[in-house]
Formats: sequence, C-alpha cells, structure tokens
Amino acid sequence: MSCWDTIADYGLRSLGIGERLLPREGFTLCQQVTLIGSGMLWNIYFGICALTSGFCLATAVAMGKASNNRVLRKLSEWFIFIFRGSPLFIQFFFAYFLFLSLKQATGMFTAFSSAWAGALVVLFLNTAAYSGEIFYGALLSVPKGDVEAADAYGMSGWPRFRRIVWPTMLRLAWPAYTNEAIFLFHATTLVFFSGFPALQQKGDALYYASYFADKTFNPFVPYPILAGYFILLTLVIVGIFGLINRHLNRHLPQDARPKLRVRPNLLR
Amino acid sequence: MQWFACYLTTGKHMGFYVSFGTVLLLLAITAPTALAFGFAAAGAARSAVAPLRWIGKAYIAIVRGVPDIAFFLFFVIALDQAFEWMRHKVKCADWDQPIRQGNDFVVCAAAKLPLGNSPQWMHETYGFFLAVLTFSIVFGAFAGNVLFGAMRAVPHAQLETAAAYGMSRRQVFWRILVPQMWVFALPGLSNLWMVLIKATPLLFLLGVEDIVYWARELGGAKTPRFTDYPHGDWRMWYFLALLIFYLAFTRVSEVVLGRLMARLTHGQATTGGEAQRKAAT
Repeated sequence: MSCWDTIADYGLRSLGIGERLLPREGFTLCQQVTLIGSGMLWNIYFGICALTSGFCLATAVAMGKASNNRVLRKLSEWFIFIFRGSPLFIQFFFAYFLFLSLKQATGMFTAFSSAWAGALVVLFLNTAAYSGEIFYGALLSVPKGDVEAADAYGMSGWPRFRRIVWPTMLRLAWPAYTNEAIFLFHATTLVFFSGFPALQQKGDALYYASYFADKTFNPFVPYPILAGYFILLTLVIVGIFGLINRHLNRHLPQDARPKLRVRPNLLR
Repeated sequence: MQWFACYLTTGKHMGFYVSFGTVLLLLAITAPTALAFGFAAAGAARSAVAPLRWIGKAYIAIVRGVPDIAFFLFFVIALDQAFEWMRHKVKCADWDQPIRQGNDFVVCAAAKLPLGNSPQWMHETYGFFLAVLTFSIVFGAFAGNVLFGAMRAVPHAQLETAAAYGMSRRQVFWRILVPQMWVFALPGLSNLWMVLIKATPLLFLLGVEDIVYWARELGGAKTPRFTDYPHGDWRMWYFLALLIFYLAFTRVSEVVLGRLMARLTHGQATTGGEAQRKAAT
C-alpha cells in the first residue's frame, strides 16, 4: 500500500471519513504522519472558533473591568479570577460532568456533552478571561492625550470608543495577544484527555500521537511528529498575527512600530 | 447530616484527602528542583565555554517551543525506557537479543524498574519520582529562561566594576550577579509558580493516583450492592470542590508572593522601590 492510499484512507479520519479501523500493526511512518495531521484538524477548529468568539467576550470583559459601575466591575473581576486561577484541565472535567448532569436532568444540552461543543464552550470562556486581562492592561495604558483629543473633537461614548480607544487598545495589546493565541492552540491538545470522549476514535493530534506511542511503545516517532506539526502551526499563527500587527501600526513611523516578540509558552 | 459525616470519612475518602498531600508534596519537591535545573541552564547559557552555552540555550529553547502536555506524555515513557536501558546494559551484559523487537521494548527481568516482584508502594513511588523528574525538566527550562533574563537585567556596570577590582569570572558570577538577580527574577518566578500549581492535575496523565483520579473514582454513581453509601453521579460536585481548592490555593499564593515582592523591592533602586519610598513619606 502506497503512501497516497494511506492519505486517502486516513486523511480525514478524525472527522469520521475514510477507513473505519485505525491501523493495528506494522505502523509505517506515513500512517503516523497522516493520522496525526488529520487530528490537527480538530486542534485548528477548536483554536479558531474559540479565538474568534473569545475575542468579542474579552473586549466586553475588559470594558467591564475598567468600568465605573461596581456590579459590572466585580462581575468581570470574578470571571477573570475564576478562569485564570484554576487549571484548564479541571475546568474541562467540571464542564463535562456538569453538562452530563444537565443532560440527564433536563434532556437538553445533548450537544454539549460531546467535545465539539462542550470543550469549545470551555475554551471560549477560558481564552476570553485570559485575553480580557490582556485587553484590560492595554486599556489602562491608552495614552491620556488621545482620549483628550477625542473629547476636544466632540466625540464621546460609542464613536470615541470605536474610533479612538478600541484601536489603540488593540494595538497595544497585540504582542501579548499573539502569545495568548499560540497558547490557546497548544491548550486545545488537552480536550480529549479530560473527560470528553473521542467517539469512534475521532480525536485530535495528541490523541492519535498517544495512540501510536501506546501501541508501539516508542514515543520517539509520534511525539516529534506532533511537535513538528505544532511548530508549523505556531509559525503560521505568528505570520498571520504579524500581518495584523503591521496593519494596526500602519500610521506610526517605521522605527516607532512595536516588533512582535514571540515568547511562548507556559501551560495553563 | 449524619449520613454525610459518615460518607465523607470512609477509607476511600481518606485516600482522596491524602492525594491532596501528594499534590502539595509534588509542589514542594518540584519547585526547588526546577529552580536548580533552571539555574544550571541559565548559568550554562552564559558560560564562556561554547558547547556548554549551546547546551543551555538549546535546552531552554526546545522545551519552550512545544505543547507541554506532549512533553509530559513523552518524557515519562522516554525516561522510563532510558533508565531501563541503562540498567540493562550494566546488569545483563550477556543478553544477545535486540532490545527493540518490532513494537516491543524488551529488557531482561533484572533490569525492570521497579522489579517485577517489588511491592505496590515501590511502583507508586517510582511513578511519582518519574513525575517529579518530568515536571522538573519542563519547568526547569521555563525557570532557566526567567533567570537568564534576570541575569541580563542586572546593570552591566556592576559587573564591570567587579572585574575592574580584579575579581575572576567565577567570583563576579557568585558574589555580584547572583545576589542581585533575584529581584528581577521574582515576578517571572512567581508567575511560574502559579503555572506550576495549575499544572499539577497533569499528574493524572502520568498515572499517579492524584486528586483527579480520586474525584472520578469517588464521584461515579454507586449502587447499594457495592457500597454502604449509594448515590448518583456526583462527579460534578467533586470537580467543583477541586476547582475551589485550586482557586483558594492560587489566591493564597498571590497574597504571599505580593508580600514577598514588597519586601524584596524595599530599598531597591527601581520604580517599585521608589514608589514604596514615596508612599512612606
């Protein structure tokens, strides 16, 4: 069997398309690369969906934490503390069993006890809390003069936020937010190790990597493959975020533009 | 009420409480070990000997670039096999079969770790030891990065002055650089401590019977046939308890580290020290 056949059989295995049985013996390098790559689809799905939805909530949370309204501020602070102060791993477990109990009690929430929705909710809230804190820090360091100038032009409320405060906040927060994005993609590997079942062995990259490591008793092939995929993914993220960074800073003189300095990555 | 008092003091629950101790023990051992690893790495990365410098820098760079959970899964098997391989080479020199037979990793019986006939607690301790080593290696790289940065943050003039006084490189390192770097390292290290706390549930993946294991075990639905205390699926509540445990632990650490930082910045020529001085007057 050539490598092309393997790719045709297992390329979309993580979505349930293609060969049903995973390889059981005579593991070739091609099979490992293909299956682990196929699992990466889930990591990318979780990462992109959580990042885009989390971005909106993070802005709201940052605004809440900086607001004068006591209730809003306390709410945002607690939200950030709860999701940043506890391990993501435990959050996954708790959410899974919570959704399971809700499903039994009410009959609803069926979708949430499977990974594609349930884990996504946890990742969404988690990244919202982490990036909310980043945005809050940036919001505090928006230059006073910018806001005063906006006031002098007669802007206030929504237009001022939309046209002055928000873009500056994003610009200042962007390097830290890039790290958060990389970090989030790395965190997606936890999903299938924390309660959420991989139905019909449709798992993510780490799930397949540990499958191969278990079967072959040889961690020196699948994990470096996984590492390679993640390094590629990280490079892509850095590239895309770098482009956005350039767009956000396009009004600044060349030498005043902040460089993206990537410093991944601690686990959460 | 009575029922709960009995339920929460069964033998299995005692095991659950002990596992909290396991987590704390892991933290207590790992934190100094990781710091030592990191210190060695940072020292090596600054070394004048080129190969040593490459090793230090490569160690810091590699561990930081890859998802950590992959490292946790990788190191446990790899370390286990490395130990067994070394013992195999020493103890069974006349073994003629290859060690890697296809998909199997075969060593002679005397080289097995722990020995096949050793008691259960040996197996558990060995697993715990592997976990500590893995955590130390991974967090050692993070700590190495923080300390490397802190060493560069120490004003260069200090080092030049020391050299001008005729100190050797070694003396400059130990007498000038190391005592001064801790203030710069503390914010990074306290961040690392928080991350380390949050990494402890990964013990579960390494096969140690930690709090996650017990929470799953105890919370599952129980029928009257197997236990005196039947109940439904309570895993949700057990994990809620773990969540609260971690939140409380994080909160306490935040307060303690805040005080430590305030004490260390006292009298330092940094913005923090200056702010303290202004607040006092």
